[in-house]
Amino acid sequence: MKVKTPSKLEKILAAGHYAVTSEVGPPRGSDPENITKKAEMIKDYVDAINVTDNQTSVTRMCSLAACIRLKLMGLEPVLQMVTRDRNRIALQSDILGAASYDIHNILCLSGDHQSFGDCAQGQNVHDLDSMQLIQTARYMRDEGKFLGGGDIGRPPNMFVGAAANPFADPFEIRVPRLAKKVAAGVEFIQSQCIYNMEKFELWLKMSGDRGLLDNVYILAGVTPFKSAGMARYMKNRVPGIEVPDELVKRMADTPKEKQPEEGINICIEQIEHLKGVEGVHGFHVMAIEWEEMVPEIVERSGLYPRPTVE
Amino acid sequence: MIVADKKPIEEIIEEVKNNEKILILGCNECVTVCEAGGKKEVGVLASALRMYFLNQSKEVKIDEITLERQCDHEYLEEIRDVMDQYDAVVSIACGVGVQFMAEKYHSTPIYPGVDTCFLGVTEERGLWTERCQACGHCILASTGGICPIARCAKRVLNGPCGGSAKGKCEIDKEIDCAWQLIIDRLEALDRLDEYEALCPLKDWSTDRAGGPRKVVREDVQQ
Ligand code: SF4
Ligand code: SF4
Repeated sequence: MKVKTPSKLEKILAAGHYAVTSEVGPPRGSDPENITKKAEMIKDYVDAINVTDNQTSVTRMCSLAACIRLKLMGLEPVLQMVTRDRNRIALQSDILGAASYDIHNILCLSGDHQSFGDCAQGQNVHDLDSMQLIQTARYMRDEGKFLGGGDIGRPPNMFVGAAANPFADPFEIRVPRLAKKVAAGVEFIQSQCIYNMEKFELWLKMSGDRGLLDNVYILAGVTPFKSAGMARYMKNRVPGIEVPDELVKRMADTPKEKQPEEGINICIEQIEHLKGVEGVHGFHVMAIEWEEMVPEIVERSGLYPRPTVE
Repeated sequence: MIVADKKPIEEIIEEVKNNEKILILGCNECVTVCEAGGKKEVGVLASALRMYFLNQSKEVKIDEITLERQCDHEYLEEIRDVMDQYDAVVSIACGVGVQFMAEKYHSTPIYPGVDTCFLGVTEERGLWTERCQACGHCILASTGGICPIARCAKRVLNGPCGGSAKGKCEIDKEIDCAWQLIIDRLEALDRLDEYEALCPLKDWSTDRAGGPRKVVREDVQQ
């Protein structure tokens, strides 16, 4: 695929390297060090860093400001934006704000429902949905225009991504849904954390058979278990995540003090396995509140050092 | 219909406790069907208030009337002759009726006696559920006749979101995922291919966002 933006992530993917991304969650406060420290920890091991946008609807420092912090450190942020909290004026405006700092990646999401967070009594916006945010970001970039039709002075130049969850229901709609995102203009996908490899591979295969993978890069999402408890929690409590019983069992059969290590081992095995799967272009390593493990995961999976691109 | 639910009696008492001549005004339409504001509920509320005032040793006149509708001039006019007998009205029609009463009887306080909830259906006796949010431009033709605006917690027009699990919405295992319903219905209609058409950005100016709305029909105006 031809490179269309100055995004480093896009260039690495286009050059045919496995891309590696990870994420940092902004703090529940205004201390910038919280974000810069996490970024310091992982920066040499990833190509780009996602910054989550009030994830699980818990109020935090805004994603845009945190992305600017990363940008000022010379890093490559991926601005996550949910449609829950902003209408089309605010979304376009924040895209321009990000563009003014040459933030070159955006991930378009609908966001968890506010009832999960600390403002359950608040309104949600959902003026656009994630599909329409993809269209908006592409339109602003490719046409250089606002949704309202006016010209943008110095249009944003962003590599446009979205999430995909092959494990959400109904399964039969998961490939058509990817087709829809591709039609909306998505250029890269970061998947939900994968534990059920078979289902993920089936989804990829079906997507490939429809020719979708010629038009979009897929980054496979992985999340290491910290404990057997976490594996069970992910299996039973987190909607849209599928954890096979044998993985839960493997964690549970490991002595408690060895569980974190076993979690990392599983994660690395998963990456190794996924490297052999056609259609996987990279990895999105989500080590939730466990960023310090990202370097080890990347290194031991043979993804270090990271490539350099012009 | 417009679905309403009874307000807690304490809240109604708080509204009217300083009045002495109170009219409880019901409505014979939607709120009767959803058993919140019809003739029967007028009687129940009136009795509860009488009991309250009796316990307070207060002499308060409480009358009961149920109109055919509270959203049309002609029915509201039916009580013009008696309105001067009351220093307050508790309307247990929907919020529309309460307001139309207040507009018509400008110097009498009109208090709401129900919480107006949504536009919905009677799924079974005692269970009403939402179907429409009156967005002003109906898109049901492209969603298999199931409304993602009223029935999806995020009103996603190109759903389902990633939180849809086993047919249920991420916010509550008891609530159907609207997009699962849409997909099932498109499948039943053998029109699943339509799922892939992108739903364009919605013009919300016909919705609440556009300010108070009106429908003008010159063809039926005299
Ligand atoms: S599309 Fe609008 S008018 Fe039609 S059912 Fe949904 S909310 Fe009501
Ligand atoms: S789970 Fe279904 S109904 Fe609930 S927010 Fe997502 S798409 Fe909408």
